Amino acid sequence: MTDTNQFQPNARGYYGEFGGAFIPEMLYPNVEELRDQYLSILADADFQRDFQGLLRDYVGRPTPLFEAKRLSAKYNTRIFLKREDLCHTGAHKINNTVGQILLARRLGKHRIIAETGAGQHGVATATVCALMGMECVVYMGEVDMERQKPNVYRMRLLGAEVRPATSGSRTLKDATNEAIRDWISNPVDTHYIIGSVVGPHPYPDLVARLQAVISEEIRKQLLEKTGSELPNYVVACVGGGSNAAGAFYHFLNEPSVQLIAVEAAGHGINSGHSAATSVLGTAGIIHGSRTLLMQDEHGQITEPYSLSAGLDYPGIGPLHAHLGTTGRARFVSIEDEQALRAVAELSRLEGIIPALETAHALAALEQLGAGPDDVVVLNLSGRGDKDLETYLKYADKLTK
Amino acid sequence: MTNRIAQAFERKKDGLLNIYFTAGYPTLEATGPLIETLAAAGADLIEIGMPFSDPLADGPVIQQSSTVALRNGMTLPTLFAQLRGIRQRVPDVPLLLMGYLNPVLQFGMERFCQEAAAVGVDGVILPDLPLVEYEEQYQELFRRYNLRPVFLITPQTAPERIRRIDDLTESFLYLVSGPGTTGSGATQAEGVQEAYFQRIAAMNLRNPRLIGFGIADKASFDRACGYAEGAIIGSALIRALEGQQDAPAAATKFVASILK
Repeated sequence: MTDTNQFQPNARGYYGEFGGAFIPEMLYPNVEELRDQYLSILADADFQRDFQGLLRDYVGRPTPLFEAKRLSAKYNTRIFLKREDLCHTGAHKINNTVGQILLARRLGKHRIIAETGAGQHGVATATVCALMGMECVVYMGEVDMERQKPNVYRMRLLGAEVRPATSGSRTLKDATNEAIRDWISNPVDTHYIIGSVVGPHPYPDLVARLQAVISEEIRKQLLEKTGSELPNYVVACVGGGSNAAGAFYHFLNEPSVQLIAVEAAGHGINSGHSAATSVLGTAGIIHGSRTLLMQDEHGQITEPYSLSAGLDYPGIGPLHAHLGTTGRARFVSIEDEQALRAVAELSRLEGIIPALETAHALAALEQLGAGPDDVVVLNLSGRGDKDLETYLKYADKLTK
Repeated sequence: MTNRIAQAFERKKDGLLNIYFTAGYPTLEATGPLIETLAAAGADLIEIGMPFSDPLADGPVIQQSSTVALRNGMTLPTLFAQLRGIRQRVPDVPLLLMGYLNPVLQFGMERFCQEAAAVGVDGVILPDLPLVEYEEQYQELFRRYNLRPVFLITPQTAPERIRRIDDLTESFLYLVSGPGTTGSGATQAEGVQEAYFQRIAAMNLRNPRLIGFGIADKASFDRACGYAEGAIIGSALIRALEGQQDAPAAATKFVASILK
């Protein structure tokens, strides 16, 4: 659990060959301010008191680590679910937004912008903005607004303005473009709460540190339940990769712990409709970061596809690109239908309806190769309420 | 080593018009004819936009032109093929390539510099190429091929950083008129923009300055020229080309409306 190691970014924000801050000059002062201040603010005792207090009393942390016995029996291994779905607003996303809104206040910002895919980060941002009485604008792809309607209503109810991103594939990538353009246009009073471990340095590190509470709790809880802080496997889904970064964080330097990152294969890796960046991606620059991304031979970013709005992103965070290329994490791809079947399975075996994103991680259990004596921790990053419309539409596939 | 950008600023001391257009817009084959037309109409410098799928610093007009250009099939190899021989037709007007880093990196930075120099390009503007990465990785390469980088300065750029940008530059400084993406009418309280332009002018920098973003017509062009050696127009030209059968004729008319 040391702070200086090969999985921490260097001063320029590089994890190995990935990371950095490839931003136009218009964003430079904002990003520089954040870079110069985030570590001291995060370390500040007042900040920590506020942050830990809100995580406990508002978010509802620590979240339980639940031993899923029927699921364990099915896969003949010992599976624990880290119940991030029980966080206020229904996903891990709020760990980051609580931290960043406190940071934004200390930077003297009074307007907040965010991008969102599945809507969970948008809701988590709108929530903390309501709590702090701050103006909130959330960019969301038009396609995602349609497939995650309940979250659009929630954001509006919370007082946020939801602006549709109408360019490109009208999903998460385009919402991120629009949020960045907003920040370019409002450089002084606005803080951009990025929802994943993507974007220019220091965002990937900032978001990873704020989500690291997940693995910090897992270690303590696992010690109580199994007598060891270390599982054999940690499994999490990856779009940009924030819940995976949080679940992996305090295990990065524990080589006995296998880290499994699960991407969305959409209709299949080679179908042309996929979001499996670690397989289909090559090194390049997306949203200010050098990382793996899906692009054509001319460096144009290609449109990803996943039924899941939260995984429908053509890049992964630079930390994950580093973990993948160095072999520290194993990447697995799961197709839409496999994820849908996993939704039904968890619902019926454990009485927990997972988010479609999370279901990708669940569907990877059968490829894990975990034995009866192994301990598997799966980060149950979000709950499925927002996906009910999708689940209804695919009801036949869910139960097949 | 001499360079057409430096020569353009020697020829003319003020009122320089730098025109941007997106390569491959409105049609794939418009690139060469537009360069010739813009030069003939009186543009002092020409920026050739290399379209990118995710142009973060651009407003809706250039985004849309980029989408159309990519749909038309524009790529860097195609662009360089179109630019071959352009110096026989447009010998003197500086040509700059403007775009985003990712397509250039996939093409290969050295190959990019080589091809750009070979067709007679004089400068390169890559807004998302960080200063520090340029200095450490690409400065030598740019020098070897006599390509001049252009960097952006905004109202928020700190004075010491402006000095550093000025030191790294051998062409001109691109003054972004105010907060916003390309094509946005900079909405600032009266006097704020003037104070910014005057503050930069008073720094006595080595390089001449061109003001861009939100310069759309003769009035805004003339006003900008009051604070710098010239100004840059992009989105307004793209708007003028939209839906036009004869893009060169529309471009001629547009430039005439600025310089009249």
